[in-house]
Amino acid sequence: MEPRPKSFYVLTVFFALFLLFLYGPTLTIGILSFQGPGGGLTFPMRGTSLHWFRELFEQQAVGDIWGSFRRSLVLGLMVMTTTIVVSVLGGLAFRKKFPGATIFFYVIVTALVIPSILISLGVGLMFDQADLTVHWSTSGYGAQLTWTLPFGILIMFAVFNRFDKSYEEAARDQGATAWQTFRHVVLPIIAPSLLGVALFGFTLSYDEFARTLLTSGSRNTLPLEIYGMTTNVTTPVLYALGTLTTAFSLLVIGVFVVVTAVLARRRSRAGSDAGKGLV
Amino acid sequence: MERIHRGLSETGEARTPRLSLSPILDRIRTSDAVAGWLMAAPLALALGLFLLVPIVMIAIVSFWRATEFSIIPDFVFENYEFLLASPVTYTVFLNTIKYAVITWVFTFLIGFTVAYYLAFHVRQLRWQIVLFLLCTIPFWTSNIIRMISWIPFLGRNGIANSTLISWGVIDEPVEWLLFSDFSVVLAFVHLYVLFMVVPIFNTMMRIDKSLVEAARDAGASGAQILWNVILPLTKPGIMIGTIFVTTLVMGDFFTVRIMSGSQSANVGRLISNDIGLLQYPSASATAIVLLLTVLIIIGILLRFVDIRKEL
Repeated sequence: MEPRPKSFYVLTVFFALFLLFLYGPTLTIGILSFQGPGGGLTFPMRGTSLHWFRELFEQQAVGDIWGSFRRSLVLGLMVMTTTIVVSVLGGLAFRKKFPGATIFFYVIVTALVIPSILISLGVGLMFDQADLTVHWSTSGYGAQLTWTLPFGILIMFAVFNRFDKSYEEAARDQGATAWQTFRHVVLPIIAPSLLGVALFGFTLSYDEFARTLLTSGSRNTLPLEIYGMTTNVTTPVLYALGTLTTAFSLLVIGVFVVVTAVLARRRSRAGSDAGKGLV
Repeated sequence: MERIHRGLSETGEARTPRLSLSPILDRIRTSDAVAGWLMAAPLALALGLFLLVPIVMIAIVSFWRATEFSIIPDFVFENYEFLLASPVTYTVFLNTIKYAVITWVFTFLIGFTVAYYLAFHVRQLRWQIVLFLLCTIPFWTSNIIRMISWIPFLGRNGIANSTLISWGVIDEPVEWLLFSDFSVVLAFVHLYVLFMVVPIFNTMMRIDKSLVEAARDAGASGAQILWNVILPLTKPGIMIGTIFVTTLVMGDFFTVRIMSGSQSANVGRLISNDIGLLQYPSASATAIVLLLTVLIIIGILLRFVDIRKEL
């Protein structure tokens, strides 16, 4: 291998600093959430304790953290499931050149780039004028879909752009119906990417804030609860909550990464009989 | 019929198969369209109901009137007149664009450098994937938490100030680190730089490495390769990143509120303030102007890139 140019080392330092920039602040509040009971929002640490985490589990003076966490969790799962199904169908649809596909594509791009507050405002107005009550599971759910679906669809575009059609043709030539072709050929091939879609669907919903603000009704989701806390909570309990929800996000990401890796390994073992001496 | 008949008699066999096939092909084509629309229907329903109808709703309400307690259907231009006549509007729009431009400069410089490092300096695919994932993980965690986490850094007694004092760079704490334009832009860069890294990295990974080799063989220096080969080929990724960063910053309303300590304004805050006062018609008018501004900017940027080809 040729020797590394000098720029490599400069860029490595730059990249390390970039990672520090990305993770440093989060690590800081992670540390600060273990403040002693007398500690404040910044360093120095006045002892270490689990005091602020304990606070979270006790009766809340304001708000309803665990209720909002449950709602965020349920909503995240709802949005995730919908995003997977609708994105796969949408991705398949765009492979058939249906009329209006180009305009439809631009609508998807619009959903991605429209300022979030317009969704919040518009969905809120729509429900108001239709005499419906906004609720996280109806208007909030729909508003979040406008954010997760475009990501899901874009991933499906990327997947199908690289999809080798000859697998499908082979299945059809052997007499598979359209459904059988999808179920036994297409779906297994795209399955790992669907994990990606699921990850996007869940985490974007779980952390979504701007589009849910005016559409969740009287019961907050977790990000809204935290947003409310930023204005009236001045103790490290805020950091403790931040640390917990970040840890939860990391756990979700970790689960997805592990499942993807396991599937990939199993597939490479099952997919090829090379080296097994089979004829 | 006569024409077909003549055609048949003239070229004989060649025409026969096309005649018998074309209705079937037509049917396949229509069924493709139907199947396409059926499968796109859920997506169309979701986006129609929660994207298009709300936009239309906002457009309609922007012509309504408001009292202190309710909004009244009408067709008046007073919301737009008020908006366009107020000097505050222009200051706030300029401020919003200022945030977008400064954030763009930093996210581009950082994003390009990081993507360039990952794509061209990290040699093993395994490490490229690991480091890339490391860059994207924060994207899947809470924006609000990531914003709040700057407070212990930037505050009057924060880490930045105490470090600078202990180094002897400054004598007393600097005030402008938190709740200022500086902290707003810092938070924007922190939140949205990934939207620059990801598309640029994606485009760079597709650059044929032999082009770089060829340039090197032809005697180009590292800087020349970067400027004349890699940068032009990365343009689509840069454009997509630019679209993301610009629209996210222009549409933001809570980063500015939290990070400026309510001292700076952007268009998003103008809208959310109106909403807080239940002035929906005037919020709608501002929202429509913001949407048009964003769409015009994207329209210009899209001239430089075909998004679908880049996925």
